[in-house]
Amino acid sequence: MMASSYNAKEEDGHHSGAVGPGGPGAIKSKKPDNTAFKQQRLPAWQPILTAGTVLPAFFVIGLIFIPIGIGLFVTSNNIKEFEIDYTGVEESSPCHICSQNYAWNNTNPCQCSIPFTLEQPFESNVFMYYGLSNFYQNHRRYVKSRDDSQLNGDKNSLTNPSKECEPYRTNGLPIAPCGAIANSLFNDTLELLYNFPNGTSISIPLSKTGIAWWTDKHVKFRNPGGNNNNLSAAFAGTTKPVNWRKPVYELDPSDPNNNGFINEDFIVWMRTAALPTFRKLYRIIHKNKDMPTLPPGNYTLNITYNYPVLSFDGRKRMILSTISWMGGKNPFLGIAYITVGSVCFFLGVVLLIIHHNYGSRSNNADIPN
Amino acid sequence: MRARMSHLIPACAGEENWVDSRTVYIGHKEPPPGAEAYIPQRFPDNRIVSSKYTFWNFIPKNLFEQFRRIANFYFLIIFLVQLIIDTPTSPITSGLPLFFVITVTAIKQGYEDWLRHKADNAINQCPVHVIQHGNVVRKQSRKLRVGDIVRVKEDESFPCDLILLSTSRDDGTCFVTTASLDGESSHKTYYAVQDTKAFNTEEAIDTIHATIECEQPQPDLYKFVGRINIYLARDEPVARPLGSENLLLRGATLKNTEYIYAVAIYTGMETKMALNYQSKSQKRSAVEKSMNSYLIVYLCILIGKALINTILKYVWQANPNRDEPWYNQRTESERQRHILIRAFTDFLAFMVLFNYIIPVSMYVTVEMQKFLGSYFITWDDDMFDEELDTGALVNTSDLNEELGQVEYVFTDKTGTLTENNMEFIECCVDGHVYVPHAICNGQVMAAAAGIDMIDSSPDAESREHEELFFRAVCLCHTVQVKEEETVDGIKRGIHQGKATSFYISSSPDEVALVEGMKRLGFTYLRLKDSHMEILNREDEIERFELLEVLNFDSVRRRMSVIVRSNTGEYYLFCKGADSAIFPRIVSGKVDQVRARVEHNAVEGLRTLCVAYKKLSHIEYEEVCHLLNSAKLALQDRDKKLSEAYDTIERDFILLGATAVEDRLQDKAADTIESLHKAGMKVWVLTGDKMETATATCYASKLFRRSTQILELTTKRTEEQSLHDVLHDLSHTVLHHHGSMIRDTFSGLSNEFQDYGLIIDGATLSAVLKPAPEGGGGASGGNYKEIFLEICRNCSAVLCCRMAPLQKAQIVKLIKASKEHPITLAVGDGANDVSMILEAHVGIGIMGKEGRQAARNSDYAIPKFKHLKKMLLVHGHYYYIRIAELVQYFFYKNVCFIFPQFLYQFFCGFSQQPLYDTAYLTLYNISFTSLPILLYSLIEQHINMDILKKDPSLYRDIAKNSLLRWPIFIYWTFLGVFDAVVFFFGAFFLFDNTTFTSNGQLMTTNTQMMFGNWTFGTLVFTVLVFTVTLKLALDTHYWTWINHFVIWGSLLFYVIFSLLWGGIIWPFLNYQRMYYVFMQMLSSGPAWLSIILLIMVSLLPDVVKKVLCRALWPTTTERIQVSAAGSTLHSPQGPYRGKRIICFCFFSQPVLLSKTEKRANRAFSPDSFSVQNREKGK
Repeated sequence: MMASSYNAKEEDGHHSGAVGPGGPGAIKSKKPDNTAFKQQRLPAWQPILTAGTVLPAFFVIGLIFIPIGIGLFVTSNNIKEFEIDYTGVEESSPCHICSQNYAWNNTNPCQCSIPFTLEQPFESNVFMYYGLSNFYQNHRRYVKSRDDSQLNGDKNSLTNPSKECEPYRTNGLPIAPCGAIANSLFNDTLELLYNFPNGTSISIPLSKTGIAWWTDKHVKFRNPGGNNNNLSAAFAGTTKPVNWRKPVYELDPSDPNNNGFINEDFIVWMRTAALPTFRKLYRIIHKNKDMPTLPPGNYTLNITYNYPVLSFDGRKRMILSTISWMGGKNPFLGIAYITVGSVCFFLGVVLLIIHHNYGSRSNNADIPN
Repeated sequence: MRARMSHLIPACAGEENWVDSRTVYIGHKEPPPGAEAYIPQRFPDNRIVSSKYTFWNFIPKNLFEQFRRIANFYFLIIFLVQLIIDTPTSPITSGLPLFFVITVTAIKQGYEDWLRHKADNAINQCPVHVIQHGNVVRKQSRKLRVGDIVRVKEDESFPCDLILLSTSRDDGTCFVTTASLDGESSHKTYYAVQDTKAFNTEEAIDTIHATIECEQPQPDLYKFVGRINIYLARDEPVARPLGSENLLLRGATLKNTEYIYAVAIYTGMETKMALNYQSKSQKRSAVEKSMNSYLIVYLCILIGKALINTILKYVWQANPNRDEPWYNQRTESERQRHILIRAFTDFLAFMVLFNYIIPVSMYVTVEMQKFLGSYFITWDDDMFDEELDTGALVNTSDLNEELGQVEYVFTDKTGTLTENNMEFIECCVDGHVYVPHAICNGQVMAAAAGIDMIDSSPDAESREHEELFFRAVCLCHTVQVKEEETVDGIKRGIHQGKATSFYISSSPDEVALVEGMKRLGFTYLRLKDSHMEILNREDEIERFELLEVLNFDSVRRRMSVIVRSNTGEYYLFCKGADSAIFPRIVSGKVDQVRARVEHNAVEGLRTLCVAYKKLSHIEYEEVCHLLNSAKLALQDRDKKLSEAYDTIERDFILLGATAVEDRLQDKAADTIESLHKAGMKVWVLTGDKMETATATCYASKLFRRSTQILELTTKRTEEQSLHDVLHDLSHTVLHHHGSMIRDTFSGLSNEFQDYGLIIDGATLSAVLKPAPEGGGGASGGNYKEIFLEICRNCSAVLCCRMAPLQKAQIVKLIKASKEHPITLAVGDGANDVSMILEAHVGIGIMGKEGRQAARNSDYAIPKFKHLKKMLLVHGHYYYIRIAELVQYFFYKNVCFIFPQFLYQFFCGFSQQPLYDTAYLTLYNISFTSLPILLYSLIEQHINMDILKKDPSLYRDIAKNSLLRWPIFIYWTFLGVFDAVVFFFGAFFLFDNTTFTSNGQLMTTNTQMMFGNWTFGTLVFTVLVFTVTLKLALDTHYWTWINHFVIWGSLLFYVIFSLLWGGIIWPFLNYQRMYYVFMQMLSSGPAWLSIILLIMVSLLPDVVKKVLCRALWPTTTERIQVSAAGSTLHSPQGPYRGKRIICFCFFSQPVLLSKTEKRANRAFSPDSFSVQNREKGK
């Protein structure tokens, strides 16, 4: 289709440099070069997929996949995971009241506590997640509603945020950080208390750093004005997102390295989830030296209930999980490996039968009758 | 320019009077008073413009032309939609590829046009010599005007179309070669008008006073009518006819003549050469047609997807908390938009999101594949002919794959099947046979034995007849004697007695005849001063004045000359086809001659009959008058001439007949046999007579001894009505055909009859004649159907006595028959051009009858035998390559886009793209483009030697078998399956669990969450690997280039992703991909799932391939296996002929019965005969 309707051959031959495979250049060329490439005789490996060649491959795949699958499955099963839904839809739930009379612009924080029991100890580092469902962080309007240069500390973008942030772009003053994602930052506070059998309880130390990608925290997200400690000055001329209670430079006043745009809770939130049901890392409980990180026993989850989800039938969860070399609890991968391995093995057997019955026939087929 | 302007006003006034003809005033001189008014007309200058664009209009015009193409237009629309509405993907994603395609095409076309400009300039500025006021003036060619008198020297080419006025030769002739126009390198003689030939100096020519009236320019190179009015001193003007023999065409070159004077009559774009610029209609291949229908299917899928998503979106959004949850509000302006407008924009946005399913790059790749691929044809060493010093030529690369789809081959006989290298065999005068000695000693001796040789004691009358015959043959021709040692073109004759002269003619038969006469004692010496000189047996020179030549044409099939002997007797000699001569005979030994002619025809010799009549002086005057009045006619000159010829050429006395042999081309029979085995039906269309053609057909194994010949000729239709004959034949054929099917199913097909049909031109036109209104009812129309039915069941058809147009008619008939088979026409002469243009694929043989066929063909090959490799190897390869290319392209884009479609269900139908913009843009352009392009250039599923040795493999790809709907659907479903695997594989990893990674690149074990971009990248990575590996699985021919490209493009993807994610790109307003790829790779489960998903996606296809190969192997697959086996056993020979041939023979019944079940198509009987033979062994 790209070929021009003009055909070089139709010329009277007065220009011989015309392009085109059949151009006069080809007429002039005497004997064509006898190279392997031009004669399409390059040495080549000519594999053919036959039952005979594929058979061993199937068995090998089966033999490799099944053990991997079993390994994955076992590892995944060894991971301990605990999940509490604290949305408070049910009337029995301690958070029911909070959930009912709460709207995002409410000023009074609502507190609720949910007790729970861990049957088994959680060894090693424990990861604490919050999970939301039915929350469309991957909605297009939402995903693009951010300004990466603003988040990267660009002065111009700070005061003149991208159009993509509409309708969360300005609120009198330009909003920093602008956009729907930042505006809807998850703002429940979760605390974990361990209740000793004697009735006393201690708060479990939750580490709030190290939860975001290193590159995000150190490269992609930057406060305006660089390492300037006076964040409020750097953010001068901007206003906080509509839903926020406090401006961005007060996200974590205690730690200047975790404040402003480089607040890790903020960074984690800004990485939009792929699916409407998702969990995000909230805190890390670093392991103790001698005792399990979370010994079995009774715990209380203290929630500062700020984040409304009922309006869109959402759910909020808190998840505690240990991890392994392959990440979090993930039975799917193990099962999938076992299944595929078995299917390959089975197909190998089927092919063996076919090869045995038909393969010989097709090899001897050259003598009919 | 000023001159032109001054002509403007009178031209307007005069235009109406000169619609059909023009008047040219030689030397711009007004005619003397009393003649018609001087009406200067306006003609274009002599500038040749072959270029399409100028510097200024290139961009708009080229863009306009490119966007007229439907695909480009589609992409433009998508691009504009992206620009206008808020779409999920940036306009760059479709704008960049489109821009790329448009730019590349524009550069290519611009370059071509630049070359044309350069060529035009070179032509337009080259100097010409114009006579002005008796002086020679140098002018640039483009400034030449109609009416200028031009001097052209030897070896110069003519700057425009000229009427010859005078030459340096006294007889007013000049020699011209038209090699660059029609490829005929022979020297043609052109004549000056007798009344002007004396004006052959600069001064003299300036005094000439004449006007030329001629038709307006028309593209036919060989047709011209005009009249010259010469005003001699004060007399009435002398009018002389002008014909094509007076017209020197632009582009032709003057030879053997020192100089000529001629007057320009057509200039610039009105020259016949320029009028022939028009490109012929573009042919489109069957693959392209299926590609287009697939496109429509995909367009429907695309619209369907967009519609479904739009509807679901609004259903889903019915809940306002879903439509606008508190965290994700619309802007005010969005809210205010009308719902219908919103829905429509959403629909468009979905269209844009899914538009990649129809990739721009497919067109580019197909185009490049065809363009680059055709080089392999021109490079092919096997199709190189040493003698002609040329290989195959590709005039259009659009039809490469069509070569693999041919079902009907229409071939010319003379020059295509045969050498067109004539050799005089014998002549027969009144039943006495004369054989030249030279050949007697040669190979023909055996055949000639037993024939009565020259009568030792002929009586006086036969002696006289004999000599008259020899003289007739010596005189009745248009042969020229070339008296130099070097001839520019192909040597037409062998050395004469004097070592420095050759016979040259556009018809090789004539040369052979004159040569033959020389061996029998009569030597034609030269044409001098209108006198033909013959050296007779007694070494005396006889001179005959040549009075008239009634040229040969293919309708009359004869030519005549009128000569006056020394003794003043007028003779008319005529030679021509027997059918053209016999009806015009009044006396002579017709029966003996006819018997001999028929005998010779059966031997496959070309026969001509020679007759004469004596004219009295009065008769001659009448003839002259008749001819001149016909020649002078401006209107319908051809018709009048042929009427005149018809009246003149009658009442002959038969002299005898000649026989000339045209040997079969090298390996012609082998080629035809191969084509038959490949399932093609070979038809021979020839103008020759039935007996000769039949003999050739037997010799070339088109007909075998076992073939039952059905005749549909005038001879038969004279006895029976056409209707009965047709029904008889169809009954015979169909009845047998029916029983054959039964036999196959019962496994007894021993009794097989294969049919050959012979039809002649007259009967054919009767068959094709449309039914008379009302009278015959439906029967007339049915003839065509019955005829087609018969033809379909014949393995070979011979059509003889065909006029050129009838050849095209036949091709058209078959093309239009209900199965729409792919036709191929092959020929070498001008008479094959119509059929070459008509057929799906036209192949020209670079033969001796000029290059016209080659010029008009799609492919040109030096010899008929090269057709075998062209079809069986190149055609086969290109077909499987392009078929895979097309299927694969749709497949890989289904894989690409379907996950995006599925993703919409999980992102609230918000048109959120799954992949990053860079991936969307580069997927088709760079990540997956090269491997398939390379595959489609160098894939060889079977070794080419095997393809050549086993033509039956061609049947495996017949009828567009790799692009049928089931296969297309299989590929599409495979694509959908793979897409589902990619998407849900990633989905379950993300949804169910914590799919996490070591955020600090393996330094700590902090667990971080992945977002939607990682999800997309994971899917995309699996996608790129799967799609590339799928192609790797399909590749049967792994050269180092394949390895390089396949692994290279995967590596490129990885490197690109690392780079793309490795930097904060300052020019982007988003940094969504920053470190996404690296983070993904730092996660163990990501690696495991990538490997798993690739395996799962490829598994079904591998299983399908292996199972099909094991359980229902095609011939091709069997041979692949055995070839691989034999290479294993004997590394030096990849192919063991015997074993494999056995293979394919065995497989044919299987194959055929399979196809038979599928479609009740005609059996190609050939396979059965092959099988029978096999059984006989």
